[in-house]
Amino acid sequence: MTEEIQKKSPLRRLMPLIIFALLVALLWYGLSLNPRLVPSPLIGKPAPEFELPLLNEQGKLTHLDLKGDITLLNVFASWCFACRQEHEAITQLSRQGFRVIGFNYKDEPQDATAWLRQFGNPYYVVAQDLDGRAGIDWGVYGAPETFVIDHNGIVRDKRVGPVDAEYISETLMPLVQQIRSEQT
Amino acid sequence: MIPELGHFALIIALGITIIQSLVPLWGAARNDAAMIAVARPATYVQLFFVFLSYLALTYAFIVHDFSVAYVSHHSNLLQPLIYRISGVWGSHEGSLLLWALCLSLWSTAVAIYSKHLPDALVARVLSVMGMVSIGFLLFMLITSNPFERRFPAPLDGASLNPLLQDPGLAIHPPMLYMGYVGFSVAFAFAVAALIGGRLDATWARWSRPWTTIAWAFLTLGIALGSWWAYNELGWGGWWFWDPVENASFMPWLVGTALIHSLAVTEKRGVFKSWTVLLAIMAFSLSLLGTFIVRSGVLVSVHAFATDPARGVFILIFLCIVVGGSLALYAWRSDTVSTTGSFKWFSRETALMLNNVVMVTAAIAVFVGTLYPLVVDAFGLGKISVGRPYFDSMFALIGVPLLLLLGFGPTMRWKSDDPARIRNQMQGMLILSLAIGMVLPFMIDGALHIGAGLGLALALWVGITTIVAYIKRARSASKIPLAFTGMTLAHFGVALFVAGVTMVMTYEKEKDLRMEPGQTYEMSGYEFKFLGTRKVQGPNYIADEGRIELYRNGKLINELNPQKRIYNDQNNPMTEAAIDVGFMRDVYSALGEELENGAWSMRLYHKPLIRWIWLGSLFMTIGGVLAISDKRYRRSRVAKRQTEINVQVVPQS
Amino acid sequence: MRAILFIALAFVLAPAYAGPVVTYDFASDEQEALFNKLSNELRCLVCQNQAISDSNADLARDLRDEIYGMLQQGKSEQEIVDFMVARYGDFVLYRPPMKPMTYVLWFGPALALVVGFFVVVRIVRKQRQAAAQEITAEDMERLKALRSEAGRTDKNEGGAG
Repeated sequence: MTEEIQKKSPLRRLMPLIIFALLVALLWYGLSLNPRLVPSPLIGKPAPEFELPLLNEQGKLTHLDLKGDITLLNVFASWCFACRQEHEAITQLSRQGFRVIGFNYKDEPQDATAWLRQFGNPYYVVAQDLDGRAGIDWGVYGAPETFVIDHNGIVRDKRVGPVDAEYISETLMPLVQQIRSEQT
Repeated sequence: MIPELGHFALIIALGITIIQSLVPLWGAARNDAAMIAVARPATYVQLFFVFLSYLALTYAFIVHDFSVAYVSHHSNLLQPLIYRISGVWGSHEGSLLLWALCLSLWSTAVAIYSKHLPDALVARVLSVMGMVSIGFLLFMLITSNPFERRFPAPLDGASLNPLLQDPGLAIHPPMLYMGYVGFSVAFAFAVAALIGGRLDATWARWSRPWTTIAWAFLTLGIALGSWWAYNELGWGGWWFWDPVENASFMPWLVGTALIHSLAVTEKRGVFKSWTVLLAIMAFSLSLLGTFIVRSGVLVSVHAFATDPARGVFILIFLCIVVGGSLALYAWRSDTVSTTGSFKWFSRETALMLNNVVMVTAAIAVFVGTLYPLVVDAFGLGKISVGRPYFDSMFALIGVPLLLLLGFGPTMRWKSDDPARIRNQMQGMLILSLAIGMVLPFMIDGALHIGAGLGLALALWVGITTIVAYIKRARSASKIPLAFTGMTLAHFGVALFVAGVTMVMTYEKEKDLRMEPGQTYEMSGYEFKFLGTRKVQGPNYIADEGRIELYRNGKLINELNPQKRIYNDQNNPMTEAAIDVGFMRDVYSALGEELENGAWSMRLYHKPLIRWIWLGSLFMTIGGVLAISDKRYRRSRVAKRQTEINVQVVPQS
Repeated sequence: MRAILFIALAFVLAPAYAGPVVTYDFASDEQEALFNKLSNELRCLVCQNQAISDSNADLARDLRDEIYGMLQQGKSEQEIVDFMVARYGDFVLYRPPMKPMTYVLWFGPALALVVGFFVVVRIVRKQRQAAAQEITAEDMERLKALRSEAGRTDKNEGGAG
């Protein structure tokens, strides 16, 4: 067996290590991400068309009603445990003057009514999506979820999971400020 | 008391392993025989304590010690004994203890079966393996203590996920771990060789049996997982390309390249750098798999309770082990590359191409698995990469791979004559192609290019493998076990490909509603639903369906799929009922109870599905046979003349 | 943190079950095959580890109903896929879309195969060249040896021939 001596460049020998370093960087960053979170493709687009009956009231809510001012559309249900966790924050936002509309998702009217009676009703109105059909159009995949819609009826943000103080101060308020400046 | 002893045993094991890692390594560097001699005893003592710890945890499970948090989360009073024993490795902490035990077992095996190797090399190998053990022991002691107590101790525990209460799944993790961990031996040999500066055919010869047996374990482990999923999960699938499944497949692909590359390095002395790199890669991918399962970086049904903090630990560990070995490679691997003199048309070239194809396959799985993370990391949103992607990639890669598989074993080393190969194999190639393309016609009268190609390739591999064996058998000399092993393994590949092709092309699925007394016809079988009855199991109650299966008017079986509710679960679990056959499975699963005793149910006809696992079994046995070959018998090896080693002197 | 733990525990304790069996009446075998294909290639957003064909989640069932409805209306495969993506994004597709962002994904392995092939070519060619030079040197040696041996033989035979 004959042999030929050939020098291998340092780069060639370092290549596996370099690739590995890049991989580690990726995985390191990945640890801070949440792979289960699904972003909404609706952001920046007009709110989906819908027409839903109201809870305990006559009349309907449609996508046109979302125009005029900033709206928070809060997807909730009596069967949703985490909805109770965020209820205080939602109530707070309502007290601060936000127009918070409830989107009762795949719930029974009696159950929803009882839940609101027990925990308080912060909502301007509550729309009922009994079969979840409208929820599909909104890309809802669980509760609670909250959409921020601006005065033109454009969806500006979607919060998956409970609204908490961190979300309000770091994402919601800055966004609201920006929308207000657009309004003028 | 016992759990504390178990915990303490781990701490002692850690201490011993630190000695095992540092002393022999230092001794090898200074050629100090006394320090080198520490390696083996340290390994044995480490095994003793790790095993003690493992026994302690098993004991806690068996006697229902719910004051141990891990036991209380994965076992309860009604759980059958066998699942209390297998529950030990059912979740994160316990599975780490299993990893550590496997490492100790492999280290001990190396210590015992290495008497013919130079002591300095063995010292380095055991030292490296010790370092890996340190990582896992630390991981447990710092972040994932299996012996953590909880007070007050609950009176009864949660049950082990009912899905895991199955014999197939009981044995799947140990086999898998023996495979994953087994690659650490090849890894340790590679690193030891890099440290010692001797990367030669001898190193390859010594590494080879260890790598092959680890590969065999991994093959079996993966096959068991697939077989279990099919039997237990009730959706008739046998592979989902889930990130954790992929995490086991990647080391397997690289491991396959490795055992072939080792063969070349051993026989011909070439490919040294590739082989070393493959050895490092195979084990690195095993560790990466550990990371993926436990860090929460990817969404997976297999994932243990995920915790980014644990992810950090494993990542640091990865950096040290993999980064360290790759740095060593950059520094110490041949600053020269030695090449043999083989012609274009030779087995060396064929095997080099094989390396490329197998590594490409691993790259495909790697890219597909991590791409969603990459896209997310760059803020480009979220995508999913699933079955359609992987199926396409493997269809593409399968063609060159299987073609090579047919040609490779027949080609001669160093130099072969294209005309000779053409004469010998032309006929078989044409025959395979012809039959392969015709078969789909015979099955359902339609032309299926994909199925035809798959079957043709399977036939190609099967026929060439058998013909090569017969030729060898005809020549007077006795066939070495290694050759038989290779033949069996390659034939297993043919069976596997045939099974996959047939199932994916021709399986039939039907969701339907059946009332008692109703019949349904599918794929030449008649199903008659007789209704359901209630049955009681050890820790569950079930609705059991009765479905009579007829073929050509004859009753061949009664299927009894069940809908079980386990004693402390609210959600029902499905047990599929399968009529197993060599040429096909008929599979039934209950859906939901509808009105008037009617049920929704799912029926499958799956042609050749058992060939998938039969093929895998052949591969496993082939591997075991290959290392049983006489040349690896210890006495033989001890008497063997040392080969002329190529000493590579690193450029100073 | 607790939320993560809760979700994780729910994960470990809530098994994946048999596919939900829903019975639809399809207008044709092709329609049924298309339904199966779509529901196998769309990801369940709730469990996230299953296709909507195998998931017991409410949303999965709703989406299967939706697909069935759309098929009844005569919608095409692409229309249904677009519908899902418009609402849930690319995440919902198990078959990654072909767009610039996924070129590396789709073409990477094929590229790796081609690159690997050329690497092999380069390696074999290099060592063939080296071997050729070696042979030449060897041959020269043999030639010299043969010549010198022929010279000696001639001398031995002397004047006989």
